Amino acid sequence: MHGHSWLHRLPAHVKLVAMVLFIFTVVGTPPDQFWAFGVYAVLVIILVFLSGVPVRIIAPRMLIEVPFVIFALLMPFFGPPPDVEFLGMTLSQAGIIAGWGIIAKGTIGVVLSILLASTTPARDLLVGLEKLRVPPLLVQITSFMLRYIHVVVDEMHRMKIAREARGFQAKGVRSWPVLAHSAGALFIRSYERGERVHLAMLSRGYTGRLPQVRVKPPTRSQWLGAMALPAIGLAVMITAIWVQS
Amino acid sequence: MTPPSLLIEQLAYAYPDGHQALFGVDLRVERGERVALLGPNGAGKTTLVLHLNGLLTGGVGNVTVAGLPVEPVNYAEIRSRVGVVFQDPDDQLFMPTVRDDIAFGPANMGITGDELDARVREALEQVDMWEFADRPPHHLSFGQRRRVAVATVLAMKPEILVLDEPSSNLDPASRRELADILRSLDVTVLMVTHDLPYALELCPRAAVLSDGVIVADGPTRDILLNDGLMRANRLELPFGFDPANVPA
Repeated sequence: MHGHSWLHRLPAHVKLVAMVLFIFTVVGTPPDQFWAFGVYAVLVIILVFLSGVPVRIIAPRMLIEVPFVIFALLMPFFGPPPDVEFLGMTLSQAGIIAGWGIIAKGTIGVVLSILLASTTPARDLLVGLEKLRVPPLLVQITSFMLRYIHVVVDEMHRMKIAREARGFQAKGVRSWPVLAHSAGALFIRSYERGERVHLAMLSRGYTGRLPQVRVKPPTRSQWLGAMALPAIGLAVMITAIWVQS
Repeated sequence: MTPPSLLIEQLAYAYPDGHQALFGVDLRVERGERVALLGPNGAGKTTLVLHLNGLLTGGVGNVTVAGLPVEPVNYAEIRSRVGVVFQDPDDQLFMPTVRDDIAFGPANMGITGDELDARVREALEQVDMWEFADRPPHHLSFGQRRRVAVATVLAMKPEILVLDEPSSNLDPASRRELADILRSLDVTVLMVTHDLPYALELCPRAAVLSDGVIVADGPTRDILLNDGLMRANRLELPFGFDPANVPA
């Protein structure tokens, strides 16, 4: 989080735009053009290297992809014919390609997202979203979620300790009513906190908009450097579509 | 003659559910004074605080801040003049970083650019928290968060600082640090509390709010030494604390 690579210094909205555009080109690439994904993988590896974010930060966070991987691994078994024989199993050729597409595209997207998150403080991301004209209300809601998630989790943890201190053990269906009551109490506490926060905001002159945060505008070379990524992606995607047809 | 920082005249208020919290409160706080507002739980202290900058309205009576009546047309100005520090710093600090939170108030007043940066720095230096400017609030200790909460309103350069239970949940060291900071500020203070030693330490004058009216107003020491008054209003000194033995 506290690195100072070129990627770290890039303003959040520039990073967001470049990354989203690049992911569009990746998603638009036909999965049977394997070489194209090789090029994408190399680009992503170069980015990781440039950012200086250690692999041990990135690798565990990639576990979020696991459900999609499982889904992708099932596709060869349920895809349409023609089928191929592999280790005594009958697999759908189209299913294999589709499954591979999901894994390849998903992995690139996930690594890039992790890279974005680990080179951009949460606050800068919010400022970036605002710069990109995301509705201010959505940005504010996200901002409050980030600010208060720890407070709410702490509160939840204290309630858990208070339950257990009085001999409660979460076992089976019979403990569900207790857990449901705790969830309800947590909701009401959070709701009341929301009201108190609102009063505190009004006290300091809040009129419906959070003040704009000043950020250094991105330089030309920052924009150009960042846009190189989707530009290469676009070239690869067009070539891949052309080669396929 | 400068108008008083705060003037409350015959303020009465009942909540929409019919529960009446204030029954005609009168209080006058001169510029530069530090006044403690004492009272047991449920005396109407927080209700009174919410009237000072127009967060609660609809009752009877008048509140004026440095001569300006608390009315909807004046809310923007009133809220820059009355700095309310709420009891729970987690309610007060809602922005992603300390710096953004301090900037929130002055930015709403229309201050931008270098002047805004200067305000933020000045306010954080006043509470000795400048080096924490870029931290998220949840990474600070409770005492640090309380100090930052004070800075959030100092950045608005208020006419009067209103503190709701400033010493609650603080350990003795944080409590003393906050007291040092409050003493060093050149601003009118209204401190709402039931921490009587803290009131004596910081505020030469005290007013007692009980059942929605001011029942006593005078030098803090005299009030704390008035046994009958204290007992009648559910105010009790902590064990072993004798105001008579505290050096003036």
